[in-house]
Amino acid sequence: MCAGCGAPPVARMVMRALKEGDHAVVAGATGCMEVSTFIYPYTAWTDSFIHTAFENASSTLSGVEACYKAMKRQGKLPEDSHTKFISFGGDGGTYDIGIQALSGAMERGHDMVYVCYDNGAYMNTGIQRSSATPRFADTTTSPAGTIIPGKMQSRKDLAKIMVAHHLPYVAQTACINNFKDLYEKSEKAIYTEGPCFLNVLAPCPRGWGYPTDMLMQINKLAVETCYWPLYEVIDGKYVINYKPKNKLPIEEFLKPQKRFKHMFKPGNEWMIEEFQKEVDDRWNELLALEEMTNKE
Amino acid sequence: MSIRERLSGNEAAATAMKQINPDVVAAFPITPSTEIPQYFSTFVSNGTVDTEFVAVESEHSAMSACIGAEAAGGRAMTATSANGLSFMWEMIYIASSMRLPIVMSLVNRAVSGPLNIHNDHSDAMGVRDAGWIMLFSENNQEAYDNLVMAHRIAEHKDVLLPLMVCQDGFITSHSIENIELIEDDLVKNFVGKYEPKHYLLNSKEPISMGPLDLQAYLFEHKKQQSQAMVNAKQVILDVAKDFEKMTGRSYGLFEEYKLEDAEIAIVCMNSTAGTTKYVVDQLRANGIKAGLLKVRVFRPFPAEEIAKALSHVKAVAVLDKADSLNACGGALFSDVTSGMQVNKVMVPTVNYIYGIGGRDTKSTDIESVFNDLEKIVKTGNIDNPYRYLGLRG
Amino acid sequence: MTSDKINKDTPWQELTEGGNIYEAGNAMEFKTGDWRSIKPIYLSDKCKQCGLCFPVCPDDAIPVNKEQKREDFNYDYCKGCGVCAKVCPFGAIEMK
Repeated sequence: MCAGCGAPPVARMVMRALKEGDHAVVAGATGCMEVSTFIYPYTAWTDSFIHTAFENASSTLSGVEACYKAMKRQGKLPEDSHTKFISFGGDGGTYDIGIQALSGAMERGHDMVYVCYDNGAYMNTGIQRSSATPRFADTTTSPAGTIIPGKMQSRKDLAKIMVAHHLPYVAQTACINNFKDLYEKSEKAIYTEGPCFLNVLAPCPRGWGYPTDMLMQINKLAVETCYWPLYEVIDGKYVINYKPKNKLPIEEFLKPQKRFKHMFKPGNEWMIEEFQKEVDDRWNELLALEEMTNKE
Repeated sequence: MSIRERLSGNEAAATAMKQINPDVVAAFPITPSTEIPQYFSTFVSNGTVDTEFVAVESEHSAMSACIGAEAAGGRAMTATSANGLSFMWEMIYIASSMRLPIVMSLVNRAVSGPLNIHNDHSDAMGVRDAGWIMLFSENNQEAYDNLVMAHRIAEHKDVLLPLMVCQDGFITSHSIENIELIEDDLVKNFVGKYEPKHYLLNSKEPISMGPLDLQAYLFEHKKQQSQAMVNAKQVILDVAKDFEKMTGRSYGLFEEYKLEDAEIAIVCMNSTAGTTKYVVDQLRANGIKAGLLKVRVFRPFPAEEIAKALSHVKAVAVLDKADSLNACGGALFSDVTSGMQVNKVMVPTVNYIYGIGGRDTKSTDIESVFNDLEKIVKTGNIDNPYRYLGLRG
Repeated sequence: MTSDKINKDTPWQELTEGGNIYEAGNAMEFKTGDWRSIKPIYLSDKCKQCGLCFPVCPDDAIPVNKEQKREDFNYDYCKGCGVCAKVCPFGAIEMK
């Protein structure tokens, strides 16, 4: 993967949450992570791994999981073997082209974890906008031009769509605070029975336009500005895992990134205001959901 | 003793699947194949099979789940038709490139558009270069028998390719006809256990499947698939021999019906062969030497064998139940004539596109084709080789 | 056929079927260190073994020994992104 990519630490930490002795079958959607980890004749994966196409990591894995159940039931696999099922897809393969297969697999209740590493655009093909791309971002298919200043639509809230599937465990997380949040959520997701979903922020230095060494700072700013809140939804109950004492203004997150550069031109103040308003609205909605779902 | 029954083509396919008892069936409803997963899910609900039934949200996911299940180390089956197969198309190629012996029941129906739910072969023809073994079935008995033979062919170590068994939508799938079923334990023994060499659920040997396969390797991997298809021919014949020992029913790459001394012949697939046999018998009764070559194995295509079987005939009509819309005839016609040319068999040959979108093909239609062939034999004139049958205007 | 014997001269008969790879993690043989334009220097005297640097490395290029202590960089894989240097609170990693 590119120098400074935010995705590999995500994959490594998720896989580290797998208990020693447990075997995993990992499915990968076509994308940066898949094409850079399994180029014939080399594989970086130490567990079993399958890639088939872009939009169907979840349905491919649902077939593997169904087969595991059938073979276990018939005594075709060792009784003491434990296999876990984990899928990785980028936001393009998850929010967009893969959402149907994902929704289907989650609804059918397969015992698996789907991990979306969200870098907010189609990075593997050269930074095209996806439904996870934040509003106003400059991408190669939503270029900031003289008439249209970047992507004009707001980003889709996939974690909430997954919550609407009434899954036992849904969480949003990022590589922050020495990975504690990500590790714990990965462990819960892998060892909660049934379909679980993790949405993990995976900054992309090329697509976002920040220096490669800033990975962990960008992650932190996303969380401290409440652009990317850390929360989990356990059996429908929202728990916000981190509430910043001093919520930083969104400019702090936007400023280091070239994809938002045009928002800081004189006359474009409205864009920052609108972006801030959207972050605030979504944060307030989350606070309200936490309160509402935890009422006795 | 075999079991005499009366079943529709879909019931026959579902019965074969029940006896095969695969690990996973993943399927999505689409007319006219819908009944297959319907029947099969009742077997699952009543515990008659050990299968995990995955009621997917689309055909794309049906094939994806079959790929996952087969890669995991189990047997996976599915059924579909027309647009369902079109929606799977991406995964059809991937299933064969991953060398996964998935078995599918394809109940042939016209691919949209415009929308039409009735029979032709445009769905199958759309995947003819996808690396699947394709067996065609004249009736419910053949749809059943082909499925019973399917896994032995697909899973053979020299083959390892997915396989689809085709039957005509409605005409075969929904018509109830007599059938001879094989006893459960005989099918079980015939099909045997699936023991893949490498599979995802073997925790002792983690493997990676489905790489990014760049310029240095994809060509060689495609050649491997191509060779597997060549190997499949003999395997299909070997399995048919074993099947004949068990049932007395014999199968080849194609069926020759009164072809040996025929002067005029029709080449076709699936249920039209039944109609053609009836017409051949009538013409024979009038002293006309008509014959039929019914293609059972469309992929791998037995080009040389077909050319040889037609070499003595004076005129041939190839019937295509799908228009390739290419200004040079249907797919079966292209394959047959290319096989003849390469094998230096120079027999006047014409193509008829027929039966599109469920257009009825009557015995009088088939008779008219034989009449045309007689004219060609008499005059030596072909005029237009690209013809239509049963088309108005 | 094991993958260590597969290369750009391998005939088609000898490639693994379907492109399967049976040796988990053999990508270790594929070195990416030459992508690097700048490199991190480990100043062990300044390092307090706080453990912040190695989990952030996208390329697993900071080896950790049995005592959970980091060792010098593995330049076979380090792509020189500088994420480690930026998170080090003690100035024990210098980018050159």
